[in-house]
Amino acid sequence: MSVLEIKGLEVQVTTDDGPKDILRGVDLVVRSGETHALMGPNGSGKSTLAYAIAGHPKYHITGGSVTLDGQDVLAMSVDERARAGLFLAMQYPVEVPGVSVSNFLRTSITAIRGEAPNLRTWIKELKESMNALQIDQQFAERSVNEGFSGGERKRTEILQMELIKPSIAILDETDSGLDVDALRVVSEGINRVRATGETGVLLITHFTRILNYVKPDFVHVFFDGRIVRQGGPELADDIEANGYAQYTAV
Amino acid sequence: MTAVTEHEVSLVPATDHSPQIRSLDLADFPALVGREEEWRFTPLARLRGLHTGEIGAQSPVVVTATSLGGATFALNGPKDVTRAGFTDRVATFAWTQIADVATLTIPKNTQVAETVHISIAGTNGVAFHQLDVNVEQFGEATVIINHSGSATFAGNIDINVADGGKLTIVSIQDWEIDAVHAGHHRVRLGRDATCKHIAVTLGGDVVRLLPSVDYEAPGGSAEFIGLYFAGAGQHAEHRLFVDHSQAHCRSNVVYKGALNGDGAHTVWIGDVLIRSNAIGTETYEINRNLVLSGGGRADSVPNLEIETGEIVGAGHASTTGRFDDEQLFYLESRGISADEARMLVLRGFFEDLLNQINVPEINDGVRTRIEERLAGIR
Ligand SMILES: Nc1ncnc2c1ncn2[C@@H]1O[C@H](COP(=O)(O)OP(=O)(O)OP(=O)(O)O)[C@@H](O)[C@H]1O
Ligand SMILES: [Mg+2]
Repeated sequence: MSVLEIKGLEVQVTTDDGPKDILRGVDLVVRSGETHALMGPNGSGKSTLAYAIAGHPKYHITGGSVTLDGQDVLAMSVDERARAGLFLAMQYPVEVPGVSVSNFLRTSITAIRGEAPNLRTWIKELKESMNALQIDQQFAERSVNEGFSGGERKRTEILQMELIKPSIAILDETDSGLDVDALRVVSEGINRVRATGETGVLLITHFTRILNYVKPDFVHVFFDGRIVRQGGPELADDIEANGYAQYTAV
Repeated sequence: MTAVTEHEVSLVPATDHSPQIRSLDLADFPALVGREEEWRFTPLARLRGLHTGEIGAQSPVVVTATSLGGATFALNGPKDVTRAGFTDRVATFAWTQIADVATLTIPKNTQVAETVHISIAGTNGVAFHQLDVNVEQFGEATVIINHSGSATFAGNIDINVADGGKLTIVSIQDWEIDAVHAGHHRVRLGRDATCKHIAVTLGGDVVRLLPSVDYEAPGGSAEFIGLYFAGAGQHAEHRLFVDHSQAHCRSNVVYKGALNGDGAHTVWIGDVLIRSNAIGTETYEINRNLVLSGGGRADSVPNLEIETGEIVGAGHASTTGRFDDEQLFYLESRGISADEARMLVLRGFFEDLLNQINVPEINDGVRTRIEERLAGIR
């Protein structure tokens, strides 16, 4: 049982015109076994929240705290956060030329589990996960994300989540750019991880489409760097029908 | 190419990129100022006088040959006066400084099964050396030359592969961090002869190698593979010259280098000249560089000069990539430490080249040494 606790988080980025405030006091608690949907207009700071939790060097924390089971996440390096149980499926997964998917995954799993996996069981585990996500086995030998289509990248992110089994997973618009079949396959992958009850999911999305497959326990509306409204799944339907204006009017 | 005697200067037909002077007499080379096309990337001040002749105390390298099999090795053979002049001032200087010539011979029709090992070990002084590797008709061998220790070293290797001969020759520059190494590696190929020249440059303050090939008859095939790693402050320079002067010959150049740390500087020059009579030529050259961290600089200049259209194919490519912060973040966000991440990227970068080198005796060793270099070990 893990708890990610975000309290009063304030984040800046450095721009050519000096520092710019993006997050203005975010409060959120995600426990393993729970699924939270985070919805909000473009530019409201959703990815910034995800990156700040993962420790991207571009984002500077100017206030607040983030803890995982009481441990200070903000004091950890990026890789330490991952080993502590945090996972971020990125909105724009990065290409790493020259590094094969299989090498990358084996190195990652070795780091996360603290020991190299048994080769035979590992190959089987990888194969099964790839099959379940309908990723061609050939992708194992391709360079990480290089030349992958948008949808292929998103599947590969979920593949990583399934293998890593994080205690808290942040999925940043994993559903964007997926065709109907891919959306179902990816949702099933997310649900397999949820079914273990050991992973808490923070699902950042613009669409209720994915929420029909991945049923959230909580929905949060994000606007101008903070959560402005919380509720149940009905909130998502309301947003779909009426837009954000009702929550964001000042 | 015809050999010239010691005091003749032969002027090679002037082209943009082929050398202008061939001589064994140092007086034929003007003093260097550093602005010369072929020296403009080199930090002359760090050559410890190899370029001016104002050198410190000499202390010869220790040269040993092992695992000779059917090959023969003469450590202190006589110095001849009839070889082709060098095209590089420092190479010529080395020639004027040596008293004898070491020669490895692969006799006619002999396939040397074991890999021949030659060690050239520096002894902390200035040293000059001339090694000849002669593969006689239809001889075959694999030779590994390992440079180690510390030295200010100018050493040339003349590689002659006679008709139908086959040679794989590996030159490993695994010097201590303060070594200086300048060398001309000249390959000459007879009819249907094949040479695979592999340069692995890992250590040294300044390494400047000039691998070249001359074809003496049709049907020759030359492959040049290079792998280099420059850490902070290191200069690793490889200047290739492929002179297609015969019909129906092939050449393939693949060099890859990684830079890690501030002041790392690599230079790769690939001059390929296809002369008007060299019909049926097939040539390709590629150089790839990877900047892993810091403000290193990779200079990469492919030059392809074609004087006849009747060729099979000619091409070149050059890329320099950087392992950037976004890639690092991505790998780190999967639990991989920054050091491991660079290792992963470096291994991936060199893997296909190591497969192409395909000399089992060195592959593992080179892999290990690259990783040690990345980890900051010498
Ligand atoms: N490096 C930067 N320089 C300037 N502005 C930045 C920088 N990084 C982020 N921002 C700004 O911060 C705001 C929040 O960006 P963020 O990517 O977090 O939005 P988002 O909610 O994820 O949007 P979307 O729904 O479009 O993905 C945006 O206005 C964006 O332009
Ligand atoms: Mg976003």
